[in-house]
Amino acid sequence: MPYLVYSDEDRAQMLAALGLESVEGLLGDIPPQLRLQRLALNDGLSEQETMDHVRGLAARSRVYPDRLSFRGGGVYRRFIPAAVAAVTSKPEFYTAYTPYQLAASQGTMQAIFEYQTPIAELTAMEVANASLYDGATAVAEGAMMAVVQTGREEVVAAPHLHPEYLEVLRCYGDGRGFRVRVGTSPDQHSAALVVQQPNFLGLLEEMPALTRAAHDAGALMVACVDPISLGLLAPPGQYGADIAVGEGQQLGLAPSFGGPHLGFIACRQELVRRLPGRLVGEARDGGGRRGYVLTLTAREQHIRREKATSNICTNHSLCALAASVYLTYLGPDGLRQVAEISFARAHDLAARLARRPGFELAFPERAFLNEFPIRVPDAGAVLGRLEERGILGGLRAGRWYPDLEDVLVFCCTELNDPAALDELEAALR
Amino acid sequence: MTEALSFEKSRPGLPGPRLPAAGVQALPPASVLPAEALRQTPPGLPRLSEPEIMRHYSRLASMNYSISENFYPLGSCTMKYNPVANEAAAALPGFAYLHPYQEEDSAQGALELMWNLERALAAVVGVERVCLQPAAGAHGEWTALRMIQAFHHAAGEARTEVLVPDSAHGTNPASAALCGFRVVEVRSGADGRISLADLESKLSPSTAALMLTNPNTLGLFEREILEVAELVHATGAKLYYDGANLNALMGVCRPGDMGFDAVHLNLHKTFTTPHGGGGPGAGPVGVKEELVPFLPRPTVEKQDGRFRLDFDRPQSIGRVRSFYGNFGMLVRAYTYIVAMGGDGLTQASLDAVLAANYLRGRMEGLLDLPHRGPCMHEFVASARSLAGAGVKALDVAKGLLQRGFYAPTVYFPLIVPEAVMVEPTETEPKATLDAFTGAVAEIVRLAQDDPQRLHEEPDNLPVGRLDEVAAARRPVLRWSPAQESPKELVEQP
Repeated sequence: MPYLVYSDEDRAQMLAALGLESVEGLLGDIPPQLRLQRLALNDGLSEQETMDHVRGLAARSRVYPDRLSFRGGGVYRRFIPAAVAAVTSKPEFYTAYTPYQLAASQGTMQAIFEYQTPIAELTAMEVANASLYDGATAVAEGAMMAVVQTGREEVVAAPHLHPEYLEVLRCYGDGRGFRVRVGTSPDQHSAALVVQQPNFLGLLEEMPALTRAAHDAGALMVACVDPISLGLLAPPGQYGADIAVGEGQQLGLAPSFGGPHLGFIACRQELVRRLPGRLVGEARDGGGRRGYVLTLTAREQHIRREKATSNICTNHSLCALAASVYLTYLGPDGLRQVAEISFARAHDLAARLARRPGFELAFPERAFLNEFPIRVPDAGAVLGRLEERGILGGLRAGRWYPDLEDVLVFCCTELNDPAALDELEAALR
Repeated sequence: MTEALSFEKSRPGLPGPRLPAAGVQALPPASVLPAEALRQTPPGLPRLSEPEIMRHYSRLASMNYSISENFYPLGSCTMKYNPVANEAAAALPGFAYLHPYQEEDSAQGALELMWNLERALAAVVGVERVCLQPAAGAHGEWTALRMIQAFHHAAGEARTEVLVPDSAHGTNPASAALCGFRVVEVRSGADGRISLADLESKLSPSTAALMLTNPNTLGLFEREILEVAELVHATGAKLYYDGANLNALMGVCRPGDMGFDAVHLNLHKTFTTPHGGGGPGAGPVGVKEELVPFLPRPTVEKQDGRFRLDFDRPQSIGRVRSFYGNFGMLVRAYTYIVAMGGDGLTQASLDAVLAANYLRGRMEGLLDLPHRGPCMHEFVASARSLAGAGVKALDVAKGLLQRGFYAPTVYFPLIVPEAVMVEPTETEPKATLDAFTGAVAEIVRLAQDDPQRLHEEPDNLPVGRLDEVAAARRPVLRWSPAQESPKELVEQP
């Protein structure tokens, strides 16, 4: 059997050391009526057969080429430098346990400390944590920080916050006991205003004005941001947001049908003790050597139990490592260029599509970055024609917004080369 | 050995990597976007070349213990071998490059995998349905409690308390609190098992659920589990199973048959997905029929040989994360289950129980074993017998690090003084268990002969014991240019 290490002789020796003849002698505490006769699964397979089976499943889905994928909605194709996988596939990283034993985990600890720094830099906030699960739960955790900080029981979410993030926020609110209202005008009952930039449709929000509205109401501003966009767009710290959260999938992670990805959260210094999850800090050992520790742990479940700021324990450490390698590889110039290329391609595509008869930008007066909503004569027909050419077209906004029936949200990244834009246009002719 | 931070190695003049030209006619962002929307100062990311990056991370990697190199006797954490075939499977483009919003017809393989995995997990734990959405064990716990909360709510009952044994993992009370429940602790009896009398006195019409793991965190099977279930159900409460210790039970018995109504699993424990130095994991939740209507949406359904996502679930608690969970981890766990099969999983659990008892037997005479055996997949010893020499569980842990083993879980569960909690798993050869025993024996000897030496260990790792108190007093949570860097690091070649 694969992955099992004992021979029958090993088992016999180990049992003999215990004065037993059978492993049954160890299971006497289990009431007999609970014993299972047989686990109702097929018998195991060889690795060859296992991989044949799994490859067969993989082959039953359609993989669109990178350059012909124009669908985003929170998950994006980006070029992933080979360095990212080369680092994250090192067994010393991916098979390591949570770094509770500091001296035996300094590689992971330093990598997380390094990750916290660029996240703080990108968002222009003072501190960032070691990672959360995804963008949706990061929004919920950010909102809960605000609920605790303000003692208020309502969270206002701007329209066109990612609908799945909104749904997760509501689910956390139902459990934790805060209401979620969709709108842009927080009042004296509001703990936070949550705004996504760019929003789910790709459009830019007026973050400085919305931040002022939140602060005027005594609420915190929670900005949910696209990390690549921050190569070009104003970071949350620049417009005075209190908490910055977001989805880090674009920083070196494959789409993987939706996960595992990376939730990030950063905040102003004075909120640091409200942060959920792990924080890595610098420390010294007896010999004065620098090292890294899990710090401010009095916020966490394994110390505080029911009084913890969150129940999060396992987070997305390996994904944070990928993001850190990705950002280190790109550096500040590379990040800005990736954002600029995506911007240029999306604006070129938007202009080309808007010239087609029956096509028009759904919000022509609104600015966008690299994702934009466009109204088409028949969304299903357009997607069908693209599908025939092996192109994954824009996302149907009507699935979530009845008033946006026949609106498709297209996105472009550095992977959608000019020839791919030509192919897309040609497919619609 | 220490390594400078990437930021300290950064060189201001270094250009970024080469990127493709945009190749299209478009105005520069500054002429299209409002000024207030633009970034004023670039982010302070490091500038390093690829050769420097690769060396940096290789050096960091060499500072880690990992299951690929070291034995992790970590109680309740189930650190077993991570099959490399799992990694190959998850990297297949038909999984790794699927967009979560591509049409169902074009993602049939992924949906089928989820459907198959759900059935397999349901068979292992004995439940009706399994939700694959939660991203980690704690997230699964919370999801299960949200469903139980919604169930009581739908029945028109306001149940506000969750009972948690004093031996429980810290995420149990934290997850309950995050659902707005009041946490009530249930005491363990002298034999380390839940006290039926105390449970009975704490159960009330306000009780929403009892959270329990079986085997418990002492590695002991809760012999009276059927009585526990009966008591809990008689008050109308639900019984929740923390799957942290499922590795003892595959093919042996099932939480569902014991009377548990909701079960969370850690795929990164029992089902061999790697821990990644602290995630990503996956924490599916299985439920009995009564809780099925409250499952997070969407569920995966099979109809006429075709798989689809079902969003039309009016009583669903909604979503607990975006998309369909940590799909990449689901692929890994599924690959493991297919390779092992029902026969292999059963043998894995039997071997895990055998390994734990063998190692427990070998600890006799070295450390205290406060509870009678046999144990299941793990056991808790106590280092209190070394207290006379001024040696604590922490010193035992550090002494094991010195000797090339990761440390056992110490000071948990909280009900055992100087607890040393050991879980060998089924993937550690007997020779490794014997070598571990030798290391513990050496530490116990050193505790008598030279306790001071023991306090100074480890001294063969990149750093010694770090001053966590000082670190928390003035937390430095990020690098900043103003910070003073150790000279020897910056100047190293």
